[in-house]
Amino acid sequence: MMDALGAAEWAAIWLSLRVAIVATICALPIAIAIAYLLARKEFPGWQLLNGLVHLPLVLPPVVTGYLLLVVFGRQGAVGAFLYDVFGITLAFRWTGAALAAAIMAFPLMVRAIRLAIEAVDPGLEDAAATLGASRWRIFGTLTLPLIAPGVLAGAVLGFAKALGEFGATITFVAAIPGQTQTIPSAIYGLLQVPGEEPAVLGLVIVSIILAMGALLLSEWLGRVMAQRVGR
Amino acid sequence: MLQVAIQKRLGDFELDVSFDAPAGVTAIFGRSGSGKTSLVNAVAGLLNPDDGRIVLGDQVLFDAGAGTRRAPQQRRVGYVFQDARLFPHMSVERNLRYGGDHDAERVIEVLGLGDLLARRPAGLSGGEKQRVALGRALMSDPQILLLDEPLAALDAPRKAEILPYIERLRDTVQVPMLYVSHDVSEVARLATTLVILDAGSVVASGPVGEVLSRPAAVPLLGVRDAGAVIVTKVAGRLLDDGLTELVFSGGRIMLPGILGTLGQTVRLRIPAQDVILSRAAPKGISALNVLPVTITALEQGRGPGVAVGLKAGDDALLARVTRRSASRMELAVGQQVFAIIKATAVGPEDVG
Repeated sequence: MMDALGAAEWAAIWLSLRVAIVATICALPIAIAIAYLLARKEFPGWQLLNGLVHLPLVLPPVVTGYLLLVVFGRQGAVGAFLYDVFGITLAFRWTGAALAAAIMAFPLMVRAIRLAIEAVDPGLEDAAATLGASRWRIFGTLTLPLIAPGVLAGAVLGFAKALGEFGATITFVAAIPGQTQTIPSAIYGLLQVPGEEPAVLGLVIVSIILAMGALLLSEWLGRVMAQRVGR
Repeated sequence: MLQVAIQKRLGDFELDVSFDAPAGVTAIFGRSGSGKTSLVNAVAGLLNPDDGRIVLGDQVLFDAGAGTRRAPQQRRVGYVFQDARLFPHMSVERNLRYGGDHDAERVIEVLGLGDLLARRPAGLSGGEKQRVALGRALMSDPQILLLDEPLAALDAPRKAEILPYIERLRDTVQVPMLYVSHDVSEVARLATTLVILDAGSVVASGPVGEVLSRPAAVPLLGVRDAGAVIVTKVAGRLLDDGLTELVFSGGRIMLPGILGTLGQTVRLRIPAQDVILSRAAPKGISALNVLPVTITALEQGRGPGVAVGLKAGDDALLARVTRRSASRMELAVGQQVFAIIKATAVGPEDVG
């Protein structure tokens, strides 16, 4: 089977992994912060923030990709700023693919983490506050360890989503082999060409292995953490 | 000394309380929903009052007028919650040391926590959890201890297991305590000062013996639970009969069982409904305790009962008789009568 995978396919696999890992790692802290805000705070604009976070889940991915292009493209408001000040280009680069994957995975991560935060008794945080612990210490020693299984679940869900992202990615960064061509766009591309079924099958099997591996890893980590948390 | 004078609107409920808690144990008593927990939360800084002041010693914890609003972290309160709130992912020892390790060895010894240190909260009994919560609060070196019905979730044997620990704290640790409870016998046993809350307001407050012996407090405490508290001294033991003789300013009381040591002070709660009144000195009755008393007050309740305030020496007692008896006996303020207390009516939970 591995013979069926050429250099272009392997490049797509490594790129997909890199994109999904970078997207997950970068989005996770922000997702935790937003989930905490949504779960624990009341503020004007709560509904708006909640809606914005969930938008990528309900919008057609192509629309999200197009909006990314408008905002983060070289001519876009943020894109022009990033290029002029830092010399960073996102559109049609793998970093852009990571951004698209992160944004698409974001709502799933926030949802999973928010559920975990809502399951933590705020009374425990109150108790820690009366014992003199600062907000940060409370978060680090209480909230974070207690929500760790939920954060992990969110990360795995986000990783899987990032790995499979297609619509927004292809709209924002196209499918340049070796640059922005991830597994899904490679499969799609191969399907347009007759006689490439073995390569397609190879990529499909790799996708299944990656997804199953992530799930099993998270199951195991989740059990270990749950034990440590004493639940 | 803790001084509280605050107002807080919570939906339809209005908390408007004002009281002073001197050194010792101040019990906050009231039915559920009377605002006890909100009050304690305000002292801890977990609830922000709309108006008023909270002063602990020489420190202003809260002052709406001056805009002072200390965070819970800066109040140094030791809060023992009804549900313990131990951190589930930490060992007992890490829980205990979370807020500091002030006087750690003694706290662990006094509360008997030595054998629990390596365990997880999930494996502890209700009583053990509350002991750990108490230890955790103490080790944070608090300036005041807030105990919100720490025994409410426990059954009678567990309560009996923890009460002595709290009594030892009261007598050995020089930290004022605010003790929320809706159990009169607990209050009578532990408290030095009593504040009774009803529907968000203070309806009675003062030294516990004085408040509990007010006839007007009977409906607030519940007719079954009302009763005066007197402080007595062990004067003798009748070993053959298995009785202990106690003296107080109003005379002698004999109780079944051997209590304390000679000369020791014993706090006694005498339930109002177990005190019988007689116009003449009774003869030929089985009750051992007959005390000459003077009627100081008669308070009509809503039901068929009358609460009768009595003076025995310098102490106050409380009796509850039916309205019918009161009128048939022509009870009146200033009258000399006899109070008959059945020795077995004073339960061991009322002796402390």
